[in-house]
Amino acid sequence: MDNKRLLELTTIAKKIRSDIIEMNYYAGSGHPGGSLSCVEIITYLYWEVMNISPEIRTKADRDRFILSKGHSCLALYAALYQKGFFKRDEFKGLRKAGNMLQGHPDRLTTPGVEFNSGSLGQGISFAVGCALGARLCSLSFMTYALLGDGELNEGQVWEALMFAAHKGLDNLIAVIDYNKLQSDDFCENVTSLEPLLDKIKAFNWHVLEVDGHNFYALEHAFDRARKIKRRPTMIIAHTVKGKGVDFMENSPKWHGSIGLSKEEWNIAQKSLF
Amino acid sequence: MPTMRDAFGLALTGLAEERDDFIVLDPDVGGGTGINVFKERFPHRVIQCGIAEQNMMSMAAGIASTGLIPIVACYAVFASMRAVEQARNSIAYPNFNVKIAASHLGLDVGPDGATHQAIEDIAIMRAIPNMRVVSPADPVELRAALEVIIDHYGPVYLRTGRSPVSTIFKEGDVGFKFGRSLKLREGSDVTIAAAGVMVKRALMASDTLHKMGIQAAVLNISSIKPIDKTLIIECAKETKAFVTAEDHNIIGGMGSAVCEVLSQHCPAPVEMVGIKDKFGSSGDPEELITLYGIDDASIVEAVKRVIKRKR
Repeated sequence: MDNKRLLELTTIAKKIRSDIIEMNYYAGSGHPGGSLSCVEIITYLYWEVMNISPEIRTKADRDRFILSKGHSCLALYAALYQKGFFKRDEFKGLRKAGNMLQGHPDRLTTPGVEFNSGSLGQGISFAVGCALGARLCSLSFMTYALLGDGELNEGQVWEALMFAAHKGLDNLIAVIDYNKLQSDDFCENVTSLEPLLDKIKAFNWHVLEVDGHNFYALEHAFDRARKIKRRPTMIIAHTVKGKGVDFMENSPKWHGSIGLSKEEWNIAQKSLF
Repeated sequence: MPTMRDAFGLALTGLAEERDDFIVLDPDVGGGTGINVFKERFPHRVIQCGIAEQNMMSMAAGIASTGLIPIVACYAVFASMRAVEQARNSIAYPNFNVKIAASHLGLDVGPDGATHQAIEDIAIMRAIPNMRVVSPADPVELRAALEVIIDHYGPVYLRTGRSPVSTIFKEGDVGFKFGRSLKLREGSDVTIAAAGVMVKRALMASDTLHKMGIQAAVLNISSIKPIDKTLIIECAKETKAFVTAEDHNIIGGMGSAVCEVLSQHCPAPVEMVGIKDKFGSSGDPEELITLYGIDDASIVEAVKRVIKRKR
């Protein structure tokens, strides 16, 4: 990645952050903290890694992105809008009756959404199914899944990890948005995940650990992950919950379901640019 | 006598000879669900998922998204309860083309006891939008239904069964359509609506009643959702009394589905034969059905009671 591209990605990420804040303000609720922490990951996937666009969104060989931490859909919606999947007008209808953008992703209403995630743990299993289906149908697409750290409390995640490694699904790359905070409190106080890297390694995954806000680090990780054979890769991305908005960073208050006031919106926008 | 699970395995194998668009997902219970015969013939079309039903159910949706039709073969307790939230949120809500085939239903399970006797599955699965619920009466109908279920786009919950059952239909004699029930016996005094293993018992009860001078119509409610409203209303107008019979809790099952139609469209007195809101227990199914009051004699008694209530 050259400096020009880095600058472009940084600009896209800023726009996504700004849109997350805007959507959250309009909706009066939602999950801004976890949406802001995964912006670089989603940006890097949609702009640098995946073969996906509105034109090929129903093609069998498109790459799949599964937002297993479905509550962070503000980030996904902002990325899908910028990619041209739907119009910006939809932002104002988020979480409101009769509109396209649901409180958690709905593939039947929102173009570009692959799976109705939101119930934690199910997205990673769905992604494993996509990767296995690709193999059974001799399709060459890649499946990418994004998990939350709190989501790892769900037993289903570990069923999925065990199965994916057993099948040697090297067409599956998962990322943990490790922002250290879950719904009510710090992960460490709820149910400690550490030693996380060792746990996932013990499940026979190829594991990488990166700074989830650094595009160079993400580039390096995805490049390596795609070269790994006969094993799925897990990228543990260290992130900051609420990243980019000073008063939201590392604060459990901004997990959700919470909306910004007009004043907070203004402060947040200033803190972004 | 064949069992419904064996019939299921054979039907799968037969269909697989003709079409390659479906695969089977197995949570390490191939012997229990009857799919081993299929597995022997088509080993590459069975995904061994391990004892992890929740992952299996969501994974099935992922596989369906790539174009294959996954048939999840599982015990009903685990399909409809342990993994119900996955069936709802991963399959039914996004409307993925996944079929769930459940064995081990009600007292028909027998010796394994209450942990493995699903007496709630109809109530649970039929309450989920997009989910269709089918309970064939015998191996012949099961075979006919399976093909229709695979041809239909969308989630379907199919009930098979564990213990040997008598055949009711002659080969090639019965088709299956969603939302259509068949009247297996004409009768003007009362209608017995039955599902699954209870259809045979309803027919036996009807024979007994005939000897007593009571003419009982018998309906096979194999398509529990969608249900055949037209036929139920027609029979209610004709006989003005209903008995429902199922190997399931009397709360929320096929009987409740029939009552929902009757109460809204053509109210008639109903007696419900089913498990009376208590857990099953170990035993031979034939002993258990007497103990729990869901044998043919219990249907006869229910008919006598409902006829007294007729206006």
